[in-house]
Amino acid sequence: MVAKVVTVTSGKGGVGKTTTTANVAVALAALGQKVVCIDADIGLRNLDVVLGLENRIVYDLVDVVEGRCRLRQAMIRDKRLPELYLIPAAQTRDKNAVSPSDMSRLCDELRQEVDWILIDSPAGIERGFRNALAPADMVLVVTNPEVSAVRDADRIIGIVEAEEKGPVRLILNRVNPTLTRRGDMLNADDVLELLAVELIGIVPEDESVIISTNKGQPVALDGKSRAGLAFQNIARRLMGESVPFLNLDDGDGFLKRLTRLFRSGGSTG
Amino acid sequence: MAPSDTKVSSPSTAADRRVQIKGIREGLLVTFGEGEWSDLQSALLAHIQEQAVFFKGARLAIDVGNHVLRAAELGYLRDKLSDLEVSLWAVISNSPVTERTAQVLGLATRLPLPRPERVARRGETELEGENAVLVQRTLRSGYRLSTRGHVVVIGEVNPGAEIYAGGSVVVWGRLRGTVHAGIEGNTQAVICALEMAPVQLRIADQVAVVQTGKRRKSEPMMARLENGQIILEPWKHK
Repeated sequence: MVAKVVTVTSGKGGVGKTTTTANVAVALAALGQKVVCIDADIGLRNLDVVLGLENRIVYDLVDVVEGRCRLRQAMIRDKRLPELYLIPAAQTRDKNAVSPSDMSRLCDELRQEVDWILIDSPAGIERGFRNALAPADMVLVVTNPEVSAVRDADRIIGIVEAEEKGPVRLILNRVNPTLTRRGDMLNADDVLELLAVELIGIVPEDESVIISTNKGQPVALDGKSRAGLAFQNIARRLMGESVPFLNLDDGDGFLKRLTRLFRSGGSTG
Repeated sequence: MAPSDTKVSSPSTAADRRVQIKGIREGLLVTFGEGEWSDLQSALLAHIQEQAVFFKGARLAIDVGNHVLRAAELGYLRDKLSDLEVSLWAVISNSPVTERTAQVLGLATRLPLPRPERVARRGETELEGENAVLVQRTLRSGYRLSTRGHVVVIGEVNPGAEIYAGGSVVVWGRLRGTVHAGIEGNTQAVICALEMAPVQLRIADQVAVVQTGKRRKSEPMMARLENGQIILEPWKHK
């Protein structure tokens, strides 16, 4: 087993990095993959909350880096999916407690033992982001169809390219088909035209995400949620499967054309 | 024209933009960004003071562009520099007034030409051309390109990217960022793009904000100065 290190990042805060990390991790684990998530947002941890593992934290990332515990001891095992682990961030320290080379060393130690290492990056382009980027084999950039989120995604992609990390894959999160159809929201075409990177997922806005986040039950565990389905599809695409994009009823935009393109491949979703 | 000095970097501090110093055969050559002379002068002095050890004993040539400087101003700068143990030996300027001032003060006003690599015979059909920087990539948000020459980009200039050029800027792609052509006051500078949807355009000291909202028809456009105003028009060959 040689793990692939996937860093989830966005530049702008609040676009759904943590939700994406949690759900893609859960979906990969549900496909039988061995997955470790690392919360690199030191000082503002919340991946543990979204995964519903908060009450089981004993040791955290900084404890591992500073040698207060072994790596194994900081890996919290999920109850629902035995092949899913979380290394939580420290809540009481700041980003300078960890360096990019610490992160690379830690991931190298894990690489032989798991299939996937998912790193949840903090917002911004400072130290915390550099930590999360350092060990990456692939970068998932999460953005929303909003001008400011797309601008930050572009900046992030520029830095990733300059650091020769990547490849970069784009996740367009929180797409509202009604707003897009009315022309009140950027459509996938506009975003992809500007960012010029490969798309790996389109996730519809879905209130079940909020409910499940608050409950610590990732939506990807729920077969009926459309957002959950979208995250499952991202996991399958990461595994190398060719999965058509969800039909979000997007008028004559990009999605419809893609759907048409993939129609011969069976029903969407 | 002085040899071009090109940097592609992330956004830097205001001081960096005001004063650039580089080594030439005869010593150090200082060039300035935009701004009032008094500002630029203090930026230069502050910069030298900060790295006093490095500059001690240096010979400085300054290229003041279009600034019109009188004897009192140049004399003041020379004295301040000599306090810092830096000698001013040449003042390069586009302004005849400044040149005359420099000559009165016994300063050189021309840099010796670099040794020619080969002597080219220049007939009427042989053009020398001008220096330009070619960038064959997309400039994403946060990228910044500054040069004293012209710029040609083959790729996109995204919103949040910035280009500062002493001369003209040609974008073979979509221009959606900010471009300043003719930073040193060159009013002949133009900005061309296959698709023109910039955040802002500047030529010499003029600023233009291009109407956003409705999508422009994507045809090649050229921006230039006419009667002191930036005008934008479809580019048609004549």
